[in-house]
Amino acid sequence: MQRKIRVLVGKPGLDGHDRGAKVVAAALRDDGMEVIYTGLHQTPEQIVEAATQEDVDVVALSILSGAHMTLFPDVLALMRARGLGDRLLTGGGIIPAEDMESLAHSGVGRLFGPGASTQDIAKYIRKWFAETHGGNGAGAKASRKPARVARAAPRKRPKPAAKSSRKRR
Amino acid sequence: MAMRTQRKGRSKAHRSAMKRPSGVKTKPSAPSNNGAAWDGQRQAWKQRYAAAKERPDLYPFTISGVPIKPLYTSEDLAAMDPARDLGFPGEFPYTRGVHTTMYRGRMFTMRQFSGFATPRESNARYHRLLAAGQTGLSIAFDNPTIMGYDSDHPKAHGEVGRCGVAVDSLRDMEILLDGIDPGAISTSMTINGPASIMFAFYLANAEKRGVPFANLRGTLQNDILKEYIAQKCWCFPPRPSLRIIVDLIEFATKRVPQWNTISVSGYHIREAGSTAAQELAFTIADGFTYVEECVKRGMNVDDFAPRLSFFWNSHLDFFEEIAKLRAARRIWARHMRERYGAKKPASWLMRFHTQTAGCSLWDKQPENNIVRTAFEALAGVLGGTQSLHTNSMDETIALPSDKAVKIALRTQQIIAHELGVTETIDPLAGSYYVESLTNTLEAQAEDYFRRIEAMGGVVAGIEQGFFQREIGRAAYQYQQEMERKQRVIVGVNEYVEPDEKLEIPILMISDEVEEEQKRAIAEVKRTRDDRACTAALRALTAAARTAPGQANLMEKILDAARAYATEGEIRNAMREVFGDYVESSEF
Repeated sequence: MQRKIRVLVGKPGLDGHDRGAKVVAAALRDDGMEVIYTGLHQTPEQIVEAATQEDVDVVALSILSGAHMTLFPDVLALMRARGLGDRLLTGGGIIPAEDMESLAHSGVGRLFGPGASTQDIAKYIRKWFAETHGGNGAGAKASRKPARVARAAPRKRPKPAAKSSRKRR
Repeated sequence: MAMRTQRKGRSKAHRSAMKRPSGVKTKPSAPSNNGAAWDGQRQAWKQRYAAAKERPDLYPFTISGVPIKPLYTSEDLAAMDPARDLGFPGEFPYTRGVHTTMYRGRMFTMRQFSGFATPRESNARYHRLLAAGQTGLSIAFDNPTIMGYDSDHPKAHGEVGRCGVAVDSLRDMEILLDGIDPGAISTSMTINGPASIMFAFYLANAEKRGVPFANLRGTLQNDILKEYIAQKCWCFPPRPSLRIIVDLIEFATKRVPQWNTISVSGYHIREAGSTAAQELAFTIADGFTYVEECVKRGMNVDDFAPRLSFFWNSHLDFFEEIAKLRAARRIWARHMRERYGAKKPASWLMRFHTQTAGCSLWDKQPENNIVRTAFEALAGVLGGTQSLHTNSMDETIALPSDKAVKIALRTQQIIAHELGVTETIDPLAGSYYVESLTNTLEAQAEDYFRRIEAMGGVVAGIEQGFFQREIGRAAYQYQQEMERKQRVIVGVNEYVEPDEKLEIPILMISDEVEEEQKRAIAEVKRTRDDRACTAALRALTAAARTAPGQANLMEKILDAARAYATEGEIRNAMREVFGDYVESSEF
């Protein structure tokens, strides 16, 4: 028996653009994952609370409002505080490459832009799951608890969001 | 104005040139076919086509899924009656345009939507855009402002000034419009949930500068129904929201008669993933709902309908978009005259703004977005738009940089002046394909109207999640077509450059903006007359408790704005009575 990868798709902040979140949620579901969608206007606390309750493997945030440098670090810090530091935090939206890189340094997974294919997103999640849970990416053991021992080496603490006034032309 | 004079001079030259006998003029010849022979020819062509091979990658559906035939002929328009279905420009049913002269009389307004960071920084960009030849202002607000939160609210953290300008009180509006005469410019404000509050700030600013309300020109988006359907930014549940909107329309009809009180918007419905037919149908159904609500309040349709305008998306499917815009005018005119009994032609005609489709742009090879936007803008112009926004190539990555915005504006200027598409009115009329698509879209919209009516109207449809589901399905379908490469997107699923390095400048918003706005709010609260402000807010809450039609909320909101109440305070004064709205989260 292989268990399904559990994914929480979250819409944090005030951004109402939910097309991407819903399309990705539907695509991951059709790819065989178990998907929970938080709905709109969630605070980082609400999202991490839902992730805890649902015991998900992956938290995927959709942010098109430019607030990604606040919301990703906030969610990541809360996940770590709640003992979900070994789960994957990924996502997508309107995010400049430089910000993606800086978020990756702080421990956020890969982020996807508007041209991303949902198949690539699914592949990325399966690959992460296989690497961290020792499976082949097609699924994992029926019992989820033992998988948790495969915790990755402790990651660096999240850096505070870049403070500099980064206005470039 | 110098440009206009020059254009006039040139067109005079054209007229005299036209009088000269032309060497290439073809002699009008008698029709060379009789009916039977023509039909035979058509049948023969069909047989030849059926026997021939089509390209294996052919996917002959519009972006909305309408099957496209290989060839359209007069057969497709057999039922068309030009007098009934087309009319002439400026004439019922306005299929060919709302003005008699269209762009020969007045060029479309070039109106770039913009706003970011603090009111001061946005003000500087407005001055630059106006200097570059833009002819109208269009204000983009940030998310906290759009949702009715002040910049110092915990939910605003991280979002202040990110995708629009933060406006917390009358003070911010004064800074935003500094050096811009409110009596000399038309201003469009993209605001819905708190539209009445931003309108109040705008009015109070004009009042302080001594400009009478009657001289103000502009547009409020103020279309709350499409928020529940698509864009998902609201302050209150649907029914109290409709009451505020009717109050605003009642107020503006009397006091700000040149103001467009609602811009009924399909744009966001399309961006959320709808098809062209859904955009057309859902938006116009929203428009009907506003008309019905105002009539229920006891207003005469001809008093307010002339100030309703529309806002459409222009996507990549060139002919379908043109057909959609032509069908929209015809549908609105027919329903306003026949169903709502409007007597004034101004109530029948649908004026609209068009914006190119943000959702058709990609973060791969972003320079290609300039080309996509140009074609979409061209469709808007061929569809007879009154004003236009062209997206910037970098909007899939961040807020547009100054350079990208300028290229977008130049795109409009090239269409207006270089392509020769504005010299004749509705040039695609009579095209077998375009007219046929126009008819198809109208029929699809009518079908949706019947379904919406059967479920109890638009608000009931929202509450049942009907629109949200329809749009979600269409969005998913489109994504799958892309991933199966049935739809080739250049640079995204074909012609990909895997090692692409982004070489365009990106505008970054400083974290300082939030702190600056917080300081500004504190300053406003410190310097205003608190007693007057509290009294105005209490009066607003009291008015909100009365039944619709008893007390006009717009009057009370304006009083609160004058007293420098913040947006959040004004919202809270009504929230006490109206409560919040939570959507169910289906996908």
